[in-house]
This record gives sequence, structure tokens and C-alpha cells, in this order.
Amino acid sequence: MRLKFLYITFLFPLNFYAQIDSSLLKRTQKDSTKQALNMDAVYNRPFLNIGKTPIAVGGYLEANWQRLSTDGVSEGHQLQARRLTIFMSSAISKRVKFLSEIEFEDGGKEIAIEFASVDVEFHPLVNFRGGIIMNPIGAFNQNHDGPKWEFTDRPISSTQMLPSTFSNAGVGLFGKKYSNNWMIGYEAYFSGSFDNSIIENEENKTFLPAAKDNPERFEEINSGLPLFTGKIAIRNSKIGELGLSYMGGVYNKFQDDGVIVDEKRRVDVFALDFNTTLPKIKTFITSELAWIKIDVPSTYGQQFGNKQFGGFIDIVQPLLTKNIFGWKNAVLNIACRLEYVDWNVGTFNETGGNIGEDIWSVMPAISFRPTSQTVFRLNYRFQKQRDILGNPPANTAGFNIGVSTYF
Amino acid sequence: MKTIRVLFGVIPILLILLFISCDENYTEIPADDEVLDGTVEGLSHEELARFLKGDAAFNEVFTRETGLGPTFVSTSCISCHAGDGKGHPSTTLTRFGQIDETGNLFLNQGGPQLQNRGLPGFLPEQIAAGATFAKFTPPANTGLGFLQFVTDADIMAMTDPNDSDGDGISGVPNWIDIPDFVMPSSNAISQNGKYIGRYGKKAAAHSLLHQTANAYNQDMGITSIFRPIDAYTNLEIDPEITTSTVNDVVFYLQTLKAPIQRNQSDAVVNKGAAVFNQINCTGCHKSELKTGYSPIKALSNKTFAPYTDLLLHDMGSGLDDGYTEGNAKTHEWKTPPLWGIGLSQDAQGGSYFLMHDGRARSIEEAILMHGGEASKSKSNFQNLSQPDKEALLKFIKSL
Repeated sequence: MRLKFLYITFLFPLNFYAQIDSSLLKRTQKDSTKQALNMDAVYNRPFLNIGKTPIAVGGYLEANWQRLSTDGVSEGHQLQARRLTIFMSSAISKRVKFLSEIEFEDGGKEIAIEFASVDVEFHPLVNFRGGIIMNPIGAFNQNHDGPKWEFTDRPISSTQMLPSTFSNAGVGLFGKKYSNNWMIGYEAYFSGSFDNSIIENEENKTFLPAAKDNPERFEEINSGLPLFTGKIAIRNSKIGELGLSYMGGVYNKFQDDGVIVDEKRRVDVFALDFNTTLPKIKTFITSELAWIKIDVPSTYGQQFGNKQFGGFIDIVQPLLTKNIFGWKNAVLNIACRLEYVDWNVGTFNETGGNIGEDIWSVMPAISFRPTSQTVFRLNYRFQKQRDILGNPPANTAGFNIGVSTYF
Repeated sequence: MKTIRVLFGVIPILLILLFISCDENYTEIPADDEVLDGTVEGLSHEELARFLKGDAAFNEVFTRETGLGPTFVSTSCISCHAGDGKGHPSTTLTRFGQIDETGNLFLNQGGPQLQNRGLPGFLPEQIAAGATFAKFTPPANTGLGFLQFVTDADIMAMTDPNDSDGDGISGVPNWIDIPDFVMPSSNAISQNGKYIGRYGKKAAAHSLLHQTANAYNQDMGITSIFRPIDAYTNLEIDPEITTSTVNDVVFYLQTLKAPIQRNQSDAVVNKGAAVFNQINCTGCHKSELKTGYSPIKALSNKTFAPYTDLLLHDMGSGLDDGYTEGNAKTHEWKTPPLWGIGLSQDAQGGSYFLMHDGRARSIEEAILMHGGEASKSKSNFQNLSQPDKEALLKFIKSL
């Protein structure tokens, strides 16, 4: 009896693991730097297939060291485990797919289901998507995997103005059409929406990402009216991809228990994104600009802006592409990101002077990609941020060294 | 291939060197005399830790969930006192309802302070019909601890209610009623149960605790154990901020450093200082005060240069807005400290907004708006030669 217990407790699990055939796990290689529409990004990832099952798993990890200082004051050395993201997909049947993405940020401090949807293809131009969707505003929200970027920090305009990885319960349609060098795609969804926190928050400014902190959004639309998000993207294999997107709806709780408690207040977001690779020198350029218009009650104060504007441009230049230390086609890049955000576009009622609350940043970088799925990066940031009054800016600068890899 | 090996050999070494050696900061600390924030010298580690707690609380942004409003003037202390400096016209507050020393007649109609902003779904307050009002631009926070510990005896020594010296200046204190939570200092002088006010444009707050508890309540709609009546409902409600947080903010304000004069060895600045004295600006803007005992050792028995006498002066009809506080008359204003005035622009978005409501757009304009007891000094200023005027202005900007 004791021997049987020992066997079940210790030896059986050993046998169990010993029986795993490593050939069961087949890596579906994806070149994450390969050109495709941004809307394809959710599926354009390396996955591990488990034998002949229809299930595939994958993910990525991002970790870094950084040391920044603002006006001569530094928090010192920081070692950060920014995020671990796990995705799992399943081909449920022919033309019915499921994909999910779960993100653990800052060592598990924040855990979020960023994407979990079922896609049903009726026709290449008519696909149904339902579940937890990522609102396709701009390009970064769709195509945000760390290993695809040469910079540890996500763009300020995508995280501090637009809500990066803003996902909601939603349904909609998407589709694509190819013709010679051309590709055109569209997406249109109705989803959960923003809430009052975009103008009532501890950031002390209009701040759309504050809505991400509302877990209720997956079960209740604050305003009772869905948010519409739509995007059209067109790509020419020789020119690049241009995307136009819109997201808008009523964000505030204007009625409660059938009683009208406020006016309907809208938020409208427009974004323009473009990416291209220059021929011959292979310089990769990606950029995104966004405009936000928010109906802020006039009696609430000028601190909460009713217009915002921001964007970024990344320029990545491969310097070396060759067999380095046994890695075939390893790449050494230099890169630079320029970014700007104005959280409060306008002038003061009292003085006519420009309202500040803006930031600009320059971030040169060196990155090394032993494979397309792994990137080591060294970034230097120099940033100037002004308060609402436009007082002398706070200067921030420092280095960041990190790794990001799919697994 | 050799180049690549060298390159890839050098990069890790550079990274390691960067990692090890970069205790250097990549941005410069502004010179101490170029910024208003910072602590008084000589605080203990424990006091510095408390200063930081107060600093964090001073920066806290309130929301509906944390007690803001529902009607209010500002969402945080820092919104009105950017960089601990003077405020901007967009953060100016309005007070209404009192025309003489008999008190505010509009307390039951929202007085004394207008909460001119409202959370979405709430209408802000309106000035009650028939009430006179004045607008107040937020003052700088710096050096306030020094002002708190000037003894009442020293303040009284600067008064001259009957202008016995014949210089046209007759400063008086604002005798105010103090609320129960404000404990007068051991050397406080009382007159008919009233005490000397020393904070605010009309000197209507006796201490920094008095000022801070009022600001939480009237500016942000935040109740505390000190001010438990909600400004919107006029009902007593549970405190929305802890007592220790209010006390930490008070400590922060007490221990913010005094502004440091710049260009002290500049000959023109020194000439300007002499002109400042010569035309009797120092009649009100006293260049030297001293503290008495303070429980904060770094503030005890210190001599400092605030350029105020903490007294009320008749400033003439041009600055009479028809509103007052405490025992002050509507045309009387407390002498504002001039220290830090040269750095005002760095907190006011690059421009000057001087005098009590920011109406003066330059130092010269502010001088020319002086009236009443300051008429003689203004006249002296107008008669100065151009070099003397320029020297005076350069001196004031150095403060």
C-alpha cells in the first residue's frame, strides 16, 4: 500500500512528464516584423500548436531596467517586469476561430482580458466578431505587442491620451479584400463605452485611459448607449498602409432609474495612422495622429480640456542584417521616436493665453533582434512636460535597457 | 565579421558601464534661488519625511469619490498654487457678501466664497443678488511658516493707527474671530476676544491650520474635523479628509523655504534696494522680520526678508472692491509679501498677474495702482529718474 502511495505521489507524475513528446509542440513561426495590415496583428503572432489539436498558445514578455530623472530628481535604478501576455487561439471549425489575450502587468498588479472573441467568416469581406474586442482606434491599439517595437515605452499619445489596449464587450464586422498590390480592410464594432471618469479622475485632466480602470464596463455601459468604433485601412505593398479610424459615443450617465440627470455628452476620437518601409534603405516608418473632442460641461472648469491632439512617429533604420553569433538574419537597428501630446487644446477664457498641459519627447534607440520575435533595446528619453498654465517645463531624461520576446 | 564581433563586444561593456556608472542624474536640478519649492534649512529626517507626506497631500487631486464638491473652486491645492507660486486668473476665486466689520450678511446664501464650478450634473453657485464681491488670485505658498511665527508683539510694534510719525502710513492688524479649532499661540495678543489675522489678502486667517481647513472646505468642498459643514448642503457631514492629512499639509506649508533673493551682489539691484528704501516702499513692505519661538526648530528665532508688515493699509478707492473680511475696511488690504515676486511668472504661465486679483500685468503697473496710504510712495516712484526706476524694478524682480 505504501509503495502504491509513493508511486502515485512521486513516480507517476515523473512518468507523466517523461511521456511528453517535445515534437508535440510545434512552433508556428511568424515574422512579427513582416508587413501586414494592422488589423491582422491579433493573429500575426507566433503560436505553439499542441500536436494535432486545434489549440495554439503563445505570448510575450517584457522586462527592463531604467533610470530616469526629472529636474535632477531620480527614483534611482528600477528593474521592471512590465508585462507578461498570454494568448491562446483555437480553430473551432472551418472559418470559426477563437482568440484570447490575457495580460499581467507589473508582475500581476493588473490582470486584464484584453481580447477574447469569436470570429466567424461568412465571406472574406464579411466576418463576424463578438466577445471582448479591442477597439481599433489608431494602429497601436491593434498592434501593440512589445516584441514588435524598438522602444520599451509605449507611445505617450497611445497610452496617456488614447487608451491603449482599450477593450470592451462588443460585436461587429470586419473584412478584407486583396487585389494585386492592394489590400483594403475595414472594421466596425459596437461595444461598451467610456464613463464619467474620463473627466473625473485623479490625473486632473481629460484622460480617456481612466475608463480602463472601470471593470464594470464589461457588463454595463455607463451611458446605456454603445460606443461605435470603425476603421478603414488601405495598403499598397510598395507604398505602405494608411488607416483612418473613428470612435465615438455618449460617455456620461445622463439618466438613472429613468430620471434624466444630465445632458448627453459625447466623446469623439479620430485617428490617422500610416506605416511604410522605404525601398532600398529599408527604413521603417510608423506614425499615428489622433484628435479627441469631448463635451465637457462648461461649468466644470477649463482644467478638463474639450479638445486633445497628439501623435508619434517612429523611424527605424536597420544597420546590419546578417548571421550574428549563429542567429541567421539577426538585425541591428537604430531608431528614433518623436512624440507630442496636448491634453488641453485651447486658450484660457480669462486671459486668451494658450492652455498648456502638453508634452513632447525624443527617444533615440538602438535595438538588436537575434530573431524577428525577440528584441533587445537601449532607449534614451528626453522629454519636456508643461503644466496647464504653460509654466517652465519639467525636464525628464534617462536610459532604459530592456528585452521583449514572444514565447 | 571582425567589425561585428568588436561591435558586439563593445556594446555589452558599454551597457554594463552605463548601468554601474549612471548614478548621475540626466537632468539638472534648478538652482535653489530659481524655484520657489524646497524646504527650509535644518529640518530633521523625521521632519523631512513629514514634509514629503504633506507635499503628496498638497498634490492630491480630489474626485467625486474622494469628496470633491459637488460645487468647488479647484480639484487640488496644487491646481491653484503651481510650483508653490502665485495663481493665475483662471484659478482666481470670488468672495462676496461682507461690506464692513459687522460681518458677512450672505452666509446663509453661500457666502463668503463662491464655488464657481460644479461636478457634471451640478450647477455651480451664483453670487447672491445684492452682494458685493472681490476676486482673489491665489498667493504664493513660500515662507509661510516664517510669517506664522512672527510674534504678535512685533506685528503690533509696526502699527501706527494714528500715523504718529506723519509718513502717511498707518498700518493696523485685522482683528478677527478665530474658530474653536484654532489655538492661538502662547504669546498671542487678544483684543475684545479677537486675534490678529496674518494670512489671506485681507489677513482674515489667523494660522496656517485656519487657512488650510478653510481652503479644503471652501475651495474643494472637502469637509474635515475642523470644518465639518459641507459647503454645498450646509449640513454637517463626516470628514472627507483625515485630520493627520490636514496637519501634514499645514506642516508642508510651514516648512516650505523662503524665496531666495537673486543677483544680490549686482550693483543695479543694490541701487534699487536703496531707492526702494528712499521712496519709502519699506513703510509697508518691511525688509526684515524675525520669528519668535517655533516648535519647528528650523523656524525658531530666525531673521528673514519677506517685504511685508502683515498689516492692513488703506489702498485707495481704485482698489476698493466693496468687499471685506474680519475687521478690515473694504479699501484695506494686507501688505502682500514681495519675496518671490520675481519668480511669479514661472508660476503664472509666463506673465505677471499682480495685485489681489491679478489686474496688474507688470510690476510697474502694480506700483501705479497703489493709492491711499501708498500714494506718496507712488508719487515718489513717478518722479524717479529712469535709471532709478529701472534699478528699483530690477531690485523687486530679484526678490
